[in-house]
Amino acid sequence: MADYILETKNLGISFGGLKAAQDVNIRIKKNQIYGLIGPNGAGKTTIFNMLTGVYKPTTGTFYLDGEELCGLAQDKINHKGIARTFQNIRLFNNMTVVRNVMVALHNQPEYKCSVWESFFRLPRHFKVEKEMRAKAKELLRIFDLEEERNNLACNLPYGKQRKLEIARALATNPKLLLLDEPAAGMNPHETEDLEKTIRSIRDQFDMTILLIEHDMKFVAGLCDEVTVLNFGTVLAEGETRKALKDPEVIRAYIGG
Amino acid sequence: MELVLSTLVNSLSLGGIYAMIALGYTMVYGIAKMLNFAHGDIIMVGAYAIYVFMALNNPILAILLSVLFCLLLGITIERVAYRPLRGASPLAVLITAIGVSYLLQSLAQIVFGSASKMVTVYEFGAIKIFGVTLQVSTLVTMAVAIVVMIALTLFVKLTRTGRAMIAVSEDRGAAQLMGINVNRIITITFAIGSSLAALAGLFYLLKAPSVSSTLGAMPGIKAFTAAVIGGIGSIPGAMLGGLLLGFVECVATKITAIAPYTDAIEFSILIIILLVRPTGFLGKKRREKV
Amino acid sequence: MNALKNIRWRHYINYIVIGIFTLVFAIITLTGGRLDSSLLFMLEKVAISIVLAVSLSIVVGFLGELSLGHAGFMCVGAYIGGKVAAVLEPSLGNTALNVLVCLVIGGVVAALCGVIIGIPALRLRGDYLAIVTLAFGEIVRSLFQNSSDESFGGTIGLETPRYTKQYLFIIAFLMVLLTLLVVQNFIRSKHGRAVTAIRDNEIAARASGINVTKYKLLAFTISAFFAGIAGVLYSFSNYRVQSANFGYNYSIEILVMVVLGGMGNINGAIISAALITYLDSKLATVLTGDLAVLQNLIYALILIVIVIYNNAPGLKNFRDRYNLTVLLKKIFKHKEDPARRTDDAAKWDVVPTKIEMNEILSIDVKPQDLSSDKPTKGGDK
Repeated sequence: MADYILETKNLGISFGGLKAAQDVNIRIKKNQIYGLIGPNGAGKTTIFNMLTGVYKPTTGTFYLDGEELCGLAQDKINHKGIARTFQNIRLFNNMTVVRNVMVALHNQPEYKCSVWESFFRLPRHFKVEKEMRAKAKELLRIFDLEEERNNLACNLPYGKQRKLEIARALATNPKLLLLDEPAAGMNPHETEDLEKTIRSIRDQFDMTILLIEHDMKFVAGLCDEVTVLNFGTVLAEGETRKALKDPEVIRAYIGG
Repeated sequence: MELVLSTLVNSLSLGGIYAMIALGYTMVYGIAKMLNFAHGDIIMVGAYAIYVFMALNNPILAILLSVLFCLLLGITIERVAYRPLRGASPLAVLITAIGVSYLLQSLAQIVFGSASKMVTVYEFGAIKIFGVTLQVSTLVTMAVAIVVMIALTLFVKLTRTGRAMIAVSEDRGAAQLMGINVNRIITITFAIGSSLAALAGLFYLLKAPSVSSTLGAMPGIKAFTAAVIGGIGSIPGAMLGGLLLGFVECVATKITAIAPYTDAIEFSILIIILLVRPTGFLGKKRREKV
Repeated sequence: MNALKNIRWRHYINYIVIGIFTLVFAIITLTGGRLDSSLLFMLEKVAISIVLAVSLSIVVGFLGELSLGHAGFMCVGAYIGGKVAAVLEPSLGNTALNVLVCLVIGGVVAALCGVIIGIPALRLRGDYLAIVTLAFGEIVRSLFQNSSDESFGGTIGLETPRYTKQYLFIIAFLMVLLTLLVVQNFIRSKHGRAVTAIRDNEIAARASGINVTKYKLLAFTISAFFAGIAGVLYSFSNYRVQSANFGYNYSIEILVMVVLGGMGNINGAIISAALITYLDSKLATVLTGDLAVLQNLIYALILIVIVIYNNAPGLKNFRDRYNLTVLLKKIFKHKEDPARRTDDAAKWDVVPTKIEMNEILSIDVKPQDLSSDKPTKGGDK
């Protein structure tokens, strides 16, 4: 058991000459809710993209639970235990809600079923399908989406789409959950609910969560620790309230 | 020596034609973000238009009318078939474009019959340069292609409309916010592309004076290949790709052993280039935003 | 036994219909009854078209990529199958075993080509991939066209052994059944779901742990395999394989079948494949000479009109008001019974455009420990 669930070492990437992120060192302990904040264009989503294999870092590396994952393909990284949501919601829009979750259950070892077994509908196919559906329903129940399970994902209201995306990410059974601006576009009431949801995800799924957010009140109320980024470099890090009071951070946000 | 020089001139001329067609593909692709599959068939329409307008007994007038006809046709196709699908999935747009291509071919066949028509636009004859006999039409093709390409480059670089085109191809949304009428720019793009295709139709007639409904299909696909090789969306890329492809084709047809496989070779080059360097030689890499 | 209970019989309606159909004809022929050979030829053509359309719909309808080289895979199957048949004839003769071996080999070789063409599919999307598949089809055709006389017959083509029409017809329909069985089962399995997920959102599919490489290749391979099978059937049905028949136009014709049937709708593809093939041969007798092109004109119009109708953003309201489902409901005064909407599996083939019923039903908000849902429609919090 490593000390940290996620540990990045000098993680950095440049596009052409632009250094979108450099020397980012983040350490997240198990069961933490960790915030990644910073002004627009600070490189927050870029870091998510590196952690999930969308981009290959040009420098540095990262470890999940002591295992180096840097350089693996996106699906492999997901198998190893990092799941994410997206800033602009990415659901399987033409599939029903329950199927959205079932797609994410695809790789769980208990639902193994070879292509040949599917071609000819051998008994295992039916068993696996039934179990997957049951598991998906269970997840949807937790997020209060069970009633909508047969709706197309694109017909869900915005807030529920966000929740479905989180449910789908959790279905891959991750060790670390990355949430990219989960509160974006939500009103204060919804944000408050989301805060509760995220906490209970941590408790109920024994989860570690890394999230990007712009809403400082939300971050201050929820995150145990934060890393503040600006222009791709770490400006401050540590316990949330302390980091937010850092004069550098205030200057970056307010300008000047 | 003779072989080298004539191959060179021929490949420059053929490459010029490909480049002109490729320009149409690449501009439409860059600006409307779609593969206008029917582009190649505009060449055929242009050639048929010349055939029809040659009844006026005036080659220059026939050429001008043909260009005008194709220009209007291009605008109409965009308006009727493609514009309703703006914002729809790329697959839908592509299938529609294939439908339009098919439609043009079968219409031509219905109107003009399946037998090919003979059209002699103008007899240029041949001249001898350094002891090598060259078709004047080849030289004319080469010259016109070069002039057109230079003119187009200047148009895009120097005029207001040209700059608006670049803006739309970079970021349609932002261009719209800056007050650029995107629909108008796309219409202009189709108009330019179709006129170039009509000219290409003329050059095909100069090369071999007959036209049938499938005249444009193969050149269309090959010119798209050229556009891809050069880097789609890039005007110099289309020229480079066109010349390169023209060269390969001319050389391949000269070597008896591989001549029957010329098409296969060109398509293989396409596949290899797409695999090794999907953005072509001069294309820009675009990252999908995650 | 439990497994049997899980089978939803209505999924298998098309097998059952085609199965019964095959059985009836098989009994007629095997008991000595005579069937018109032109009818048999027609039915073979229909069978081949169904196999082609269903196999193409894996790539176009479910993976969401455009393949313009489907006739190329078919071409490979036809030549390889025909060649194998000719080679095997002295030893195996005119037997079903010979046909079976040809089908397997033809399908497998086509499938290998599918893997090869699937490799570009990993790096390219949309328009580029469409062009690559088109290029592939042309390359294949050109290679066979320029083959030597003793290998594949060059431009003259390859002659294949003549089998008794009756048997051939039964084999063709068995192949239709096999194709439907495998393709539908695949699409409705977790693997098919992964393929559909890639179509809907490739980035999200990757992030959900789907091995996109594997599933794209798989989709192309299955699709090519059955196209190859169709090719083998074609070569037996026509006694001769000529590369000129597998051009780009044929690929388009198959595409028209898939689009007309509704992309991602296998039953639709079957119906439109049968319909178009039938009309094709009927029209061929009516429209002769230059008029034969009218048929292509009709295809072209079908493609354009259907795609615009189904996809134009501006026509959404029109679509919701005037579509086949609404029309059928009006005709049959069909009332939707909410209790019958059991699970989502039934809704699989036809992608529903609008499900309002459930939205209305799900207003009641149950406060649970994890509920972060705020009552949006006048709730009581």
